[in-house]
Amino acid sequence: MTTPIKTAVELSACREKLQAERDPQRKVISICAGTGCRASGAIKLGDALRGALTEKGLDQQVQIRPTGCQGFCECGPLVVMHPDQTLYQKVKAEDATEIVEQGLGEGQVIDRLLYQDAEGKSYRKESEVPFYRHQKHLLLANNSKIDPTLIDDYLAVGGYGALAQVLAEMQPEQVCATIKAAGLRGRGGGGFPAGVKWETCRAAPSADGVRYIICNADEGDPGAFMDSALMEGNPHSVIEGMIIGAFAIAHPGQPIGYVYIRNEYPLAVERLRIAIDQARERGLLGKNILGSGMDFDIQINKGGGAFVCGESTALMASIEGFVGEPRAKHIHTVEAGLYDKPTNLNNVETWANVPLIINRGVEWYTDIGTGDVSDNPWGGSKGTKIFALVGKVNNTGLVEVPMGTSLRQIIYDIGGGINGGKKFKAVQTGGPSGGCLPESLLDLKVDFDQLTEAGSMMGSGGMIVMDESTCMVDVARYFIKFLAEESCGKCVTCREGLRQLSAIIDRICAGKGQEGDIELLEELSTVVMDGSLCALGQTAPNPLLSTLRYFREEYEEHIRDKKCRAAVCQGLITYSIVAENCNGCMICAKKCPEKAITGIKKEVHVLEQAKCIRCGICLDVCKFDAVLVE
Amino acid sequence: MAVQDEQKVSFQIEGRSYQGIREESLLGALRRYGYEVPSLCYHEAVSPYGACRLCLVEVQKGKRRKLTTSCNYPVLEGIEVFLDTEKVVSTRKMVLQLLLAQAPEARSVRELAEEYGVTDTPFKKDEGNACISCGLCARVCKEIVGADAIGFAGRGLGKRMVSPYDETNQACIGCAACVVVCPTDCIGLKEENGIRSIERWHRDLPMKNCKVCERPFAPTFQLNHFADQIGVEKSHFDTCPNCR
Repeated sequence: MTTPIKTAVELSACREKLQAERDPQRKVISICAGTGCRASGAIKLGDALRGALTEKGLDQQVQIRPTGCQGFCECGPLVVMHPDQTLYQKVKAEDATEIVEQGLGEGQVIDRLLYQDAEGKSYRKESEVPFYRHQKHLLLANNSKIDPTLIDDYLAVGGYGALAQVLAEMQPEQVCATIKAAGLRGRGGGGFPAGVKWETCRAAPSADGVRYIICNADEGDPGAFMDSALMEGNPHSVIEGMIIGAFAIAHPGQPIGYVYIRNEYPLAVERLRIAIDQARERGLLGKNILGSGMDFDIQINKGGGAFVCGESTALMASIEGFVGEPRAKHIHTVEAGLYDKPTNLNNVETWANVPLIINRGVEWYTDIGTGDVSDNPWGGSKGTKIFALVGKVNNTGLVEVPMGTSLRQIIYDIGGGINGGKKFKAVQTGGPSGGCLPESLLDLKVDFDQLTEAGSMMGSGGMIVMDESTCMVDVARYFIKFLAEESCGKCVTCREGLRQLSAIIDRICAGKGQEGDIELLEELSTVVMDGSLCALGQTAPNPLLSTLRYFREEYEEHIRDKKCRAAVCQGLITYSIVAENCNGCMICAKKCPEKAITGIKKEVHVLEQAKCIRCGICLDVCKFDAVLVE
Repeated sequence: MAVQDEQKVSFQIEGRSYQGIREESLLGALRRYGYEVPSLCYHEAVSPYGACRLCLVEVQKGKRRKLTTSCNYPVLEGIEVFLDTEKVVSTRKMVLQLLLAQAPEARSVRELAEEYGVTDTPFKKDEGNACISCGLCARVCKEIVGADAIGFAGRGLGKRMVSPYDETNQACIGCAACVVVCPTDCIGLKEENGIRSIERWHRDLPMKNCKVCERPFAPTFQLNHFADQIGVEKSHFDTCPNCR
């Protein structure tokens, strides 16, 4: 049974005790156990390492630490040897014995497990690897240092210190003012200044003093996993941010906390649940937190997988037990939100920024990022932003950079450029309702305002890189279809508008596009944006409009010339056998599901166009470049 | 009901000043003052939903002017409302084209579209359909009848108004309020051999015969529901309204 921490003084004493107990020279093998590394075998690897240590009788001396996501997903499972910070990548369970036998001694390094760049240069330390070297880890900094299931690990790195400081030394209004002065803007996509929201919510009347403090963890953008990584890797940073927010927004009233998290994130739910339980055991949640007189607790509410429930009013309806449909926000949720009470909702990453700002100060925070927020909280974008860098890039993973870092730095310096030596074509930012930006905008400094100006948006931080083999019409088709399916279906403009946008793009991709289709798409997009109630509909045409803005010629080619330059759209491509390369191996004929390819062994095969369904299997299986798609 | 002074607010419609009730539906207020604004999913007896997007107006609040549906816009102090602006009309026309494509069988949609000079749609039609997914039936069923027997299933492209699990609806009392209130007449009602059937909700209910004229007049299930609701003896509904 752990004893609750009752005061700020007790918290410091607890931290000092934990730090004293910890030997900084102790050998620790930290294994990334985020979702990505788990999928590539991190759990088996952990078991193998434990087994190997026991076998050598080293299990007491060397600690195994499963951590949250460390970011470099492309090269997982990742292992970091502490204290000397040697990074091993793509480690398999079979490597465990070697690591234990030859990797633990002073100066010992297993070269073959080190990261190598494209030129064959090896890097030993995590901080030297280009993927990490060009980043600025603030929110993710502790991910490799703590076991997210142990609150002591978080306390030992100074966790809950910001909370103690706030409760002991600050007035609620001061905390709101600090967050406002820091220029922290909502990381969920809107970019609304958090401090302004907090102040408004604090000022809104509540007869019984109840104010809801909500963490939006309904991260649903395809390809995005920033919030899951924070919750899985450092859940207490989010909880600490929320408690500070509760004090700033509702004290001395009655703050009530919720985390709305999608049920498809079982690991994040589990880690958060453990963290909340442990915080409660230590008295950091519950009655009279650190002797401040404030009572605050957090409940987890699991979402059922509707994308639209990430929209604030739909999320609140869902918590109340109703269908997740947005409502009109003419009366703001900070005044009347959940159960009609003043409600302050921020995203996971926004909450995680709060302890940082308190710990290190406004001046330090506003030094990072773009613009000037000294007299206008909208005047710039401050702090760092985490991006989920995915797609046709060499180093996929989680990237944390200062606001204002250019797309080129993110994609090339950190991401290592386009894989397979192909040419960059576009980068999609901001999730499904974001936009696709072309090569000419690679030097764009990534912040809230510049992305919006370019026809895209920050969104929650998805970043999908596309190369020349991507058809931009097909990209728009995918995202519009996604949004059509994920629309709540309330507004005609969104439900039927997206259905018809989707139908028109389908038609274009099938080679049945007509003159006037582009104009119709543009006209309908305006109606979808202007005529819909919530941000889903109001931004849904972005992927279409941004591709029309920057890649219009591809649409024109599809419609006029019936040509898809990336050879993606099935209605516009043909497959054929290149006679000089075909050696008659028969593999394509065997794999063709429609038996459209015929031929006898060691003779050139024939593809019958009438039977071909353009599935591309022949192209995938041919080892001799004898299948041509055009 | 007398409106207290503190609930009164001043606002403008097309440049003329009005006194309204704070936070009442703007569409309700507009109609009360005699302005014509089209809508299909609004009914003053139930909460506004904002589905059909036809009651669009432009509202200036402070520095911001935006397009919004008036049914779920609250009357607020100092707002300025503009009705048939170019933007409102062009958006409404395309909304009508979308509705014509979704529900080509809906006569009310066709008639309204004609008023706006919209006779056809450039969009792919859902042939045979008349439902515009406005949900008015479900709001009336829940808020007025108190049965809460129907609701939307699915979302986005798959959203449709159904009986729970699209099976026989045990909660439906067969009152047919949904049939009456439906703006596009897409919920069929049949009465044959003393049975009232609402096929859409998979509900068949035996009807009670009037004690006096002996004609079947309403489902027994419905009459019992109402008797319970208003707290009268079930025998109160032994006679039909004509003979009562």
